[in-house]
Amino acid sequence: MIKLKLERTPAPMWSKALIPIVAVVVTFIITSVLIILADANPFTAYYNFIVVPLSSKFSALEVLVKATPLIFTGLAVTFAFASGYYNIGAEGQLYAGAVAAAWVGATFTNLPAIAAVPLELVLGFLAGMLWALIPALLKIRLKVDEVVTTLLMNSVIMYFISALLNGPWRDPETGWPKSPEFFEAARFAQLIPKSRLHIGFIIAMVLVLIVYVVLKKTPLGLQMRAVGASKVGAQFAGINVNRTMLIAALVSGGIAGLAGVSEIAGIHYHLISELSGSYGYTGIIVATLGGLNPIGSTIAALFIGLIDTGSQTVSRVLGVPVYLGDVVQSTLLLVTLGMLLLQNYRIKRQ
Amino acid sequence: MLAVEMKDITKTFGTVKANQHVHFCLEEGEIHALLGENGAGKTTLMRILYGLYKADSGEIFVNGQKVDIHSPKEAIAAGIGMVTQHFTLVPTLTVAENIVLGYTDGITVSQKDIEKKVAEASEKYGILVDPSAYVKDLSVGERQRVEILKALYRNARILIMDEPTAVLVPQEVDVLFESLLRLVKAGLSVIFISHKLIEVMAVCDRITVLRDGVVTSTVKKSETTQVELAKMMVGRETFGVTRQGTRQTGKTIYELSGITLEGKHGRRILNDVSFSVSEGEILGIAGVSGNGQGELTEVLTGLMAPSQGSIKLMGKEITHLTPGQISEAGVGRTPQDRHQGIVGDLSVAENLALENLPVYTKNGMLDRKKIIQDAQQKIEEFQIKASPNDRLRTLSGGNMQKVVLARALSRKPKVLIASQPTRGLDVGATEYVRKRLLEERDRGTAVVLLSEDLDEVLALSDRIAVIYEGCIKGIVPANEATPEKIGLLMAGAC
Repeated sequence: MIKLKLERTPAPMWSKALIPIVAVVVTFIITSVLIILADANPFTAYYNFIVVPLSSKFSALEVLVKATPLIFTGLAVTFAFASGYYNIGAEGQLYAGAVAAAWVGATFTNLPAIAAVPLELVLGFLAGMLWALIPALLKIRLKVDEVVTTLLMNSVIMYFISALLNGPWRDPETGWPKSPEFFEAARFAQLIPKSRLHIGFIIAMVLVLIVYVVLKKTPLGLQMRAVGASKVGAQFAGINVNRTMLIAALVSGGIAGLAGVSEIAGIHYHLISELSGSYGYTGIIVATLGGLNPIGSTIAALFIGLIDTGSQTVSRVLGVPVYLGDVVQSTLLLVTLGMLLLQNYRIKRQ
Repeated sequence: MLAVEMKDITKTFGTVKANQHVHFCLEEGEIHALLGENGAGKTTLMRILYGLYKADSGEIFVNGQKVDIHSPKEAIAAGIGMVTQHFTLVPTLTVAENIVLGYTDGITVSQKDIEKKVAEASEKYGILVDPSAYVKDLSVGERQRVEILKALYRNARILIMDEPTAVLVPQEVDVLFESLLRLVKAGLSVIFISHKLIEVMAVCDRITVLRDGVVTSTVKKSETTQVELAKMMVGRETFGVTRQGTRQTGKTIYELSGITLEGKHGRRILNDVSFSVSEGEILGIAGVSGNGQGELTEVLTGLMAPSQGSIKLMGKEITHLTPGQISEAGVGRTPQDRHQGIVGDLSVAENLALENLPVYTKNGMLDRKKIIQDAQQKIEEFQIKASPNDRLRTLSGGNMQKVVLARALSRKPKVLIASQPTRGLDVGATEYVRKRLLEERDRGTAVVLLSEDLDEVLALSDRIAVIYEGCIKGIVPANEATPEKIGLLMAGAC
């Protein structure tokens, strides 16, 4: 019998570059089983997933619309994870930002757009920060695991929003649980007529640049990356680990808050409890797929946006469940994570 | 009759000869000490006996029968039990559950039954434990008793104790010794791994001394003395470095007084540590590993705050400063474990800059050009085999240590804390690091050298302090220091 053993050796650089491509191929092979079970042709399905959404201007713009909140949440998660702070609460922080924006959008009806939009952004950012504050303080003061607390805060805000929408903000005419409609000036401008693409996408792109510069070019970014890679090493070098993590946690919450502002002011124009399609959680996938790099996570967000749009097409054309898109996303994450780990191991004959 | 006989045991790890033709006999009903410095091969030998390692060559006999032990399970079947320094108990289970774990019949376990059985065993062997207590609530000494009882419950007749007193407070040590003496009276045989002369002389019948993987001697306690044992343990025939007599040193600039660090259960990991270092002086701190050097390093480098005492740099209190502030005040620091002082996933240049970021900031942005330039210059100066953008993780241990040292020296410190600076380095890197330390001393830096390598301490230091169980046992000027004298202090002899 041949005896095999597992050996740990550092991965060559080229293997890292190959991971995204190989991961997509492997994901498609795995998920094709499900597509065949749904009585569809996998090749047609993937054609509809990947190619069809990009073949018309309307659907290509829709990909960008779908990617916009994911770019925000991906950046939020990247910012926190890069500093070794595992913020799972982007979903809740997104809603906190949305609540703040909804308040502005329904209250200051006399403001011009030039004042209303920045006010929404600033308050949305602060609200996201505020929602991130409690878990962050628990973490640095009492060493409470932030994974648990940030996650639990997501549920808390859903109840808070439910209370808002069924109480003070309930639509007085229809009785629906949705907040009052945004006045015109508080809405994000459309970028292209007759498409849903709004300036939130531009704001997201600017933010990508800012996060990239902060992480890679500033002393704070270097401190954050040091803390993220080794808390002990960073502390030894004289970095204030707690302060760095606190900054990362709060800014991360703020960015997630902007995702909420962008969705409510750019698409929905009123607060509903289904505002986010789990964008906060998908942001974790996006950031991880992007290798905790702002540029990488943006590419991942665009790709997930593509699959999201594609899954609608696939289900319409082939009659398979729309949830197939979720399965593809999740499988892609598992495959990528698996490859990131396994690239460091070799199977050798003993 | 011999309980255990190990014949001609040889074991190598790579190029390291951990055991060479080792002969070891344990008589029935005796406590037999295995004495030696760190890395002498004591634990390796016992791990072979317990089936954790396999010897390259040699034979093992238990009760006169030749045995082939491949795993701890087979060792237990042969009647051998081992109590290691790090306990293998499940904290959330009760004492009784821990003891019977993996040693029960049938499918169901009755709490009452096992508690009764464990209580009986506890009484029979005279090892007092509370069967229904949860292990997480026990003190270290109590946990150790559970470990011993666990071995006995599995019918061990031969008990290996690996540095059993290292984690105990003095009162617990006494209790342990009483238990061991009672056990041998009942016919058990005990192997007692230690590097502490007092304990060995207090409790053992015979002593086997190991040095560099070779048995130096096996002697009866009644026929030896602490001094003789110390000589056998550390004795060196030749001594490479010659010393240039007494050196003139400057004024005292670094002072520790009464530094005390309390661990769990009030155990004093550091106990009233006081010393001072002058400009242009190397103070070596010698000691067997685990006597508080690690914690002392953490206190000196600012990673840990002492419970009591003060540290002064040129008369200024720096006791409770953060690592960053200590570095700013003029203390160059290297950690005991070089991996602790670096961030492996950052580049060499980034690591070198990390301690002094304000210097590398221009208009709020990192001055990348200066970071790379300075790194390039340090790489040349310290002969680091790497380029500035290499991830530090990819460097060899020697080059990593040079990066750590380069960063510690980059701000021209007045005091340098060098902890285990050459551990695990090859000859070339070791020489280089030692040369740099001497250069720093000549530049007027006060150097605190913590090392487990006695030769290193003897070769470099102007004065030598010996740390033993968290206390400074004595400070000896270099010209009065001999390996024997220091070895005796290191082993805790009075």
